[in-house]
Amino acid sequence: MPILDALLNGLTLGGMYALVAMGLTLQYGVARIMNLAYGEFLIAAAFAAYWLFTGFSLNPLAGLLLIVPLAFALNWLIYRVLLAPLVRRAKTRAALEVDSILATFGLLFIVEGIVLVLFGGSYFNYSFLAGVLEVLGTPLALNRLLAVGFALLLGGGLYLLLNHTRRGTAIRAVAVDPVAAQLVAIDVRAAAALAFALGGALVAASGVLVSMFLTFNAAMGVVFTMKALIVVIMGGVGNLAGCLLAGLLLGFAESFVATYIDPGLTIAVNFALFLLVLIVRPHGLFGRVTA
Amino acid sequence: MKLRRCRHIIAAVAACAVAGLGIAQAQQPASVRIGYAISKTGPYAGGASTTTLPNYQLWVQEVNKAGGIKLADGRRVPVEVVEYDDRSSSEEAVRAIERLINQDKVDFVLPPWGTALNLAVGPVLDRAGYPHLAVTSVTNMVPQLSKRWENAFFFGDTSSNYAEGVVAVLTQLRKDGKVEGNVAMVNVADQFGIELANAARPALEKAGFKIVYNQSYPIGTQDMQSIVNEMRRRNPDIVLAFSYPPDTIAFTDQAKTLGLNPSVFYTAVGTAFPLFKQRFGDNAEGVMGTGGIDTSSAAIRDYIARHQAALGKEPDRWLSPVTYASLQVLQQAIEKVGSLDRKAVAQEIRNGSFDTVLGTITLKDRVYSGGWMVGQWQNGEFHALAPMSGTGAQPAQVPKPHWK
Repeated sequence: MPILDALLNGLTLGGMYALVAMGLTLQYGVARIMNLAYGEFLIAAAFAAYWLFTGFSLNPLAGLLLIVPLAFALNWLIYRVLLAPLVRRAKTRAALEVDSILATFGLLFIVEGIVLVLFGGSYFNYSFLAGVLEVLGTPLALNRLLAVGFALLLGGGLYLLLNHTRRGTAIRAVAVDPVAAQLVAIDVRAAAALAFALGGALVAASGVLVSMFLTFNAAMGVVFTMKALIVVIMGGVGNLAGCLLAGLLLGFAESFVATYIDPGLTIAVNFALFLLVLIVRPHGLFGRVTA
Repeated sequence: MKLRRCRHIIAAVAACAVAGLGIAQAQQPASVRIGYAISKTGPYAGGASTTTLPNYQLWVQEVNKAGGIKLADGRRVPVEVVEYDDRSSSEEAVRAIERLINQDKVDFVLPPWGTALNLAVGPVLDRAGYPHLAVTSVTNMVPQLSKRWENAFFFGDTSSNYAEGVVAVLTQLRKDGKVEGNVAMVNVADQFGIELANAARPALEKAGFKIVYNQSYPIGTQDMQSIVNEMRRRNPDIVLAFSYPPDTIAFTDQAKTLGLNPSVFYTAVGTAFPLFKQRFGDNAEGVMGTGGIDTSSAAIRDYIARHQAALGKEPDRWLSPVTYASLQVLQQAIEKVGSLDRKAVAQEIRNGSFDTVLGTITLKDRVYSGGWMVGQWQNGEFHALAPMSGTGAQPAQVPKPHWK
């Protein structure tokens, strides 16, 4: 059934988009760092998973347990050492945005360079969980389904964390207004570092998951950064539910257009949808208008 | 007027200096300086580090191990390399080539990877009178370009010939009663993909094939599920994807997952990469793609073994051997001329015949036209199928076994 194919397809594609973008919404929305090296971290995690899988035959899912905490620690360190001085120096949010773009632009080349030196520029991929699940006659790839599952799981977990814990509430407060948050005795810098590191852990998780079904090379990071940025801005910066919805929306739009109209128009429909959302809701689907 | 005369004098002095330098070099070059700009980063890095750069490295290693390139006085001079990263950008590639010519003063320049960059640096090399050995450059513009650039040599073919190679194989299969002729085709919306599809479509129709699905997708797409599902619904017995490496892998992977099982399954660029075999193992069996090698040739088998030993990885089965052969052509032309005189070397490449891993080759009208158009994975090796008249061409094995 074409319609079911398109639906399930859109679900797996959209789930992947949401998964890839979730880390950025935390880093950009809460820690206020526009991380241009975001995609490179995703690629680095994909390479780490590849290396563990082919070199030590370590299951990528087990690899997650190793890579994600490592990414968390590394991103926390990057924030503390590299980005905190920028935050301290910045007088306005706009100034921080410009500074962080420049700093992470440099970081992009460092991460890409390291991956390049270690692995070279060729294409890489591996086969894991390439089985099929039949849903009413429509075959679905297990590894893609797994990525969607993780997107929902991580999204849900983070939602609970942010909305039902003290730490999470502090993070949200920082997202809304860093200055006022200080007035109620929230350690803004610690909360921002935590958000940035969480975002880094999320992007590493998504890198490991997409490495199971995508072909990647050292130079592909920017593709993911762009996609994530679109999803984040469409969903409303800093909003996880918006991120999930925007990702799924893009996935369904692409899948339906590819099935019923022309697969050549997938990118066009992507940007058309993005534009439409920006015109109708300039702050994104779930974005709040800030004064 | 005065100024102009002044310029003349400067030019004359410069010319003398250059000529003097030329003589000095001709007498005693300590090394043959070879320069190249290659995509080590950016979107072209994947192709460049599969097909082009490893062969440059292998060739330099082997030449220097043998003592170097032999010049007229019988002395062997080693090859010295100047390398830049063109970052997959045309501007950067042009700048790097200009720097190689004007500042580093290399004796010869090796081409970058890909049609776009070869077209970008073509005018620079042409202006400076450097031979341009374009290998990973496949375009229908070859006839015009060879007219425009006197010192350009084309080792890749035209896209149309690749498409027509596919149609020739299919026509033969239908004649043998092995396929019915319902074709589902898709192409990447980028230069080579578009040129292949544009040539294949009329050729297929003319040969009486029925095209049941015909679409394109944007470059960079890795989600092929919708396309594969739509193809599956139309039940074609021939599937053609004029694709680039990442989408070749993605399309094959998703065809396998979703159970698209035609008699003929063809994906374009990347099918001949070692990555493809690594990724799909036994499932690669029966898949067709661009390229191919003559597996009966001892020279090719030896080349693959040397590539593996020197670089720790296998060459791809399409333009890797051709790239290596183009370097052998350059070396033998220099040795026959006996000096680094670029004009004489270009003349030699134009007229000479060369002993390479592809056998003895000549470049008629500065085009090498002995390349393989279609290959197929058979028993773990990518055998050449077309042109079917070529020595070493294998018959196609059809139907392709179902995905495991």
